[in-house]
Amino acid sequence: MKYLSEYRDPELVEDFLREIHRITTKPWTLMEICGGQTHSLVKNGILEMLPKKINMVHGPGCPVCVTSVSVIDEAVHLAFRPKTILCSFGDMLRVPGSSKSLLEAKAEGADVRILYSPLEAVQLAKDNPDKQVVFFAVGFETTAPANALSVIQAHHLQLKNYSILASHVLVPPAMEAILGDHENRIDAFLAAGHVCTIMGMEEYYPIAEKYQCPIVVTGFEPVDLLQGILMAVQQLEAGTYKLENQYSRSVQRAGNRMAMETIHEVFSISDRAWRGLGNIPQSGYEVNDRYKNFNARLKFNLNLRAAEENKDCISGQIMKGLKKPRQCPNFGTRCVPEHPLGAPMVSSEGACAAYYHYSNASVNEPIEG
Amino acid sequence: MPQPEKIALQCPMPKFDFDMITMGHGSGGLLTHRLLQSGVFDILKNDLLDQQHDGASFHLNGNVAFSTDSYVISPVFFPGGNIGDLAVNGTVNDLAMCGAQAQYLSLAFIIEEGLLMEEFWRILVSIKEAATRANVKIVTGDTKVVEKGKGDKIFVNTSGIGFIHENASIHHRNITSGDKIIVSGNIATHGMAIMSVRQGLEFESDIKTDSTNLNHTVMKLLDEFGYGIKFLRDPTRGGVASVLNEIAELTQLGYHLDQKLIPVDERVDSACEMLGLDPLYVANEGIFMAVVSAAVAGQFVEALRNDPNGSNASVIGQVSELQPGKVTMRSRIGGTCIVSYLTGEQLPRIC
Repeated sequence: MKYLSEYRDPELVEDFLREIHRITTKPWTLMEICGGQTHSLVKNGILEMLPKKINMVHGPGCPVCVTSVSVIDEAVHLAFRPKTILCSFGDMLRVPGSSKSLLEAKAEGADVRILYSPLEAVQLAKDNPDKQVVFFAVGFETTAPANALSVIQAHHLQLKNYSILASHVLVPPAMEAILGDHENRIDAFLAAGHVCTIMGMEEYYPIAEKYQCPIVVTGFEPVDLLQGILMAVQQLEAGTYKLENQYSRSVQRAGNRMAMETIHEVFSISDRAWRGLGNIPQSGYEVNDRYKNFNARLKFNLNLRAAEENKDCISGQIMKGLKKPRQCPNFGTRCVPEHPLGAPMVSSEGACAAYYHYSNASVNEPIEG
Repeated sequence: MPQPEKIALQCPMPKFDFDMITMGHGSGGLLTHRLLQSGVFDILKNDLLDQQHDGASFHLNGNVAFSTDSYVISPVFFPGGNIGDLAVNGTVNDLAMCGAQAQYLSLAFIIEEGLLMEEFWRILVSIKEAATRANVKIVTGDTKVVEKGKGDKIFVNTSGIGFIHENASIHHRNITSGDKIIVSGNIATHGMAIMSVRQGLEFESDIKTDSTNLNHTVMKLLDEFGYGIKFLRDPTRGGVASVLNEIAELTQLGYHLDQKLIPVDERVDSACEMLGLDPLYVANEGIFMAVVSAAVAGQFVEALRNDPNGSNASVIGQVSELQPGKVTMRSRIGGTCIVSYLTGEQLPRIC
């Protein structure tokens, strides 16, 4: 993986760190959006290498973490339906619903399969004409094109036994929800490079302007993250609030047009309930009317009672950057990966899981106030 | 070291009047008899098995190690091997990690009806070849058949017994601060070879399992380094990270890895990266971990590198009294993180 090793180069890392230390004069709170970024920061030990004045908080960009309990309940319900195969990305399986997780449903005999691509689910539907195949379509804008493509493909194949349970969430509305919160203390954002690879950067300019908040579109490797942090701190120290692109090797301003067209062909923008953040208007994708036969919610007439979040899980405060995982009284005691109270402890991109698995207690500086 | 008998096995499958295993083959009746007589006994032939008693009788004199393991791998056939050689190597290696040279194995099959004879034969041939390489005799066994849907093609259990090397004193109690942590080769290879063919996760790769018998390698090392070898373990399920967490907890010492010293094949590393898996938690078969005294670590690695099973051997870290009970790792870029136990199964991530 030559193209990765350059972005893990210890000398470059040192150069960026030195420069960050040199220019930082005031305390700043930066939020990285994506759970992949959070894990890279913690796993590589970057948090403890940064100046004490820089407080990294961990945003809502873990699709597993923000999927609401009610949606997990819908997936579990479908998994127990006779002659039904419920397909999911592996990450979703351990997330607790209100009564059980998909992994527990599987152990009880439900046909739950882990797939890497929704196109494999289409194949499964083709191979099992006597069964209904439902793909649990979660994720941010990054996974939406492939999920949309699966619907288009199933439509072309005239499959009557394929549908998706869509629970897509969108980054910009979540950023606005966090910045608009009266408790907000974020000074700058590292936006998620993969999401912008698909969607481009247009939606982010007005956010930077409206909230006077620097946003740096950033990648996931140590060198990417440190360069992103440096660019954000340079802006903060200079008092500017522009949108910048650290991840230019992947992100273009206009995004990936073909991927966006695929998304818009199948999905329309809808309100979405986020675990921990509540209902955010116009913050998700739902299958549009044209493809309604592929919408599992309509097809199976899902009308489950909305389930309540576990009140002991403070994931909302963590994802808004108000608390860090170790500040949760249940962290590592009542809430551990084997018995999670909330999704951030089980998802491979969850902030609590990152701290639980990789971080030294010493690097978790308490947030003042 | 005893020279393994030359393997002259292409082993053409004998003619059977059935092409798949059915419930009758586990009944103990005529079909069982035919299967064993014309297949299993012939290919695994040795003086003790040929006694054809309910069990094997033999004389033992000395310190022995005894181990058992069941193999339920899916898929049964995978790049570079199958459940058969895995079942022999696995138990042979478990004994080697106790400092013992495997002598005798038992072999038990639980077969799901419908398994093709051709597949069963391929598994038997692999068992024979692996046993020959490891210089171990299969002396007793059992075959059961379960209904379709009650198994997953075939499950295998092997138990093994072997004499402990006279210079071996392998126990986590021997580990002290300053000892070096060594792996005998590239990590995560076997696990990723399996992932590459698992239903639903198939990806194109030429990664093959590195499953092999490690007993001859370990015996040579014990000849040379004896008590300098404090601890041995083959990091199968749960990978390197799980073994280290286990001994960190037992010894209440700190185990400190250096990420840039951990050998991983580039293709395996890429596959892990792509699937969102951490090589430290991926299962291994053909490698082992050792904790050795600092005084012999250099020579130990050199000796391993001259062995066909250890060409990528490396010191990957050391033991200290800092952070007792914890495993830590210095990342490639110089930060440190905790390496914790794996919770449940390692599951692929979303994006």
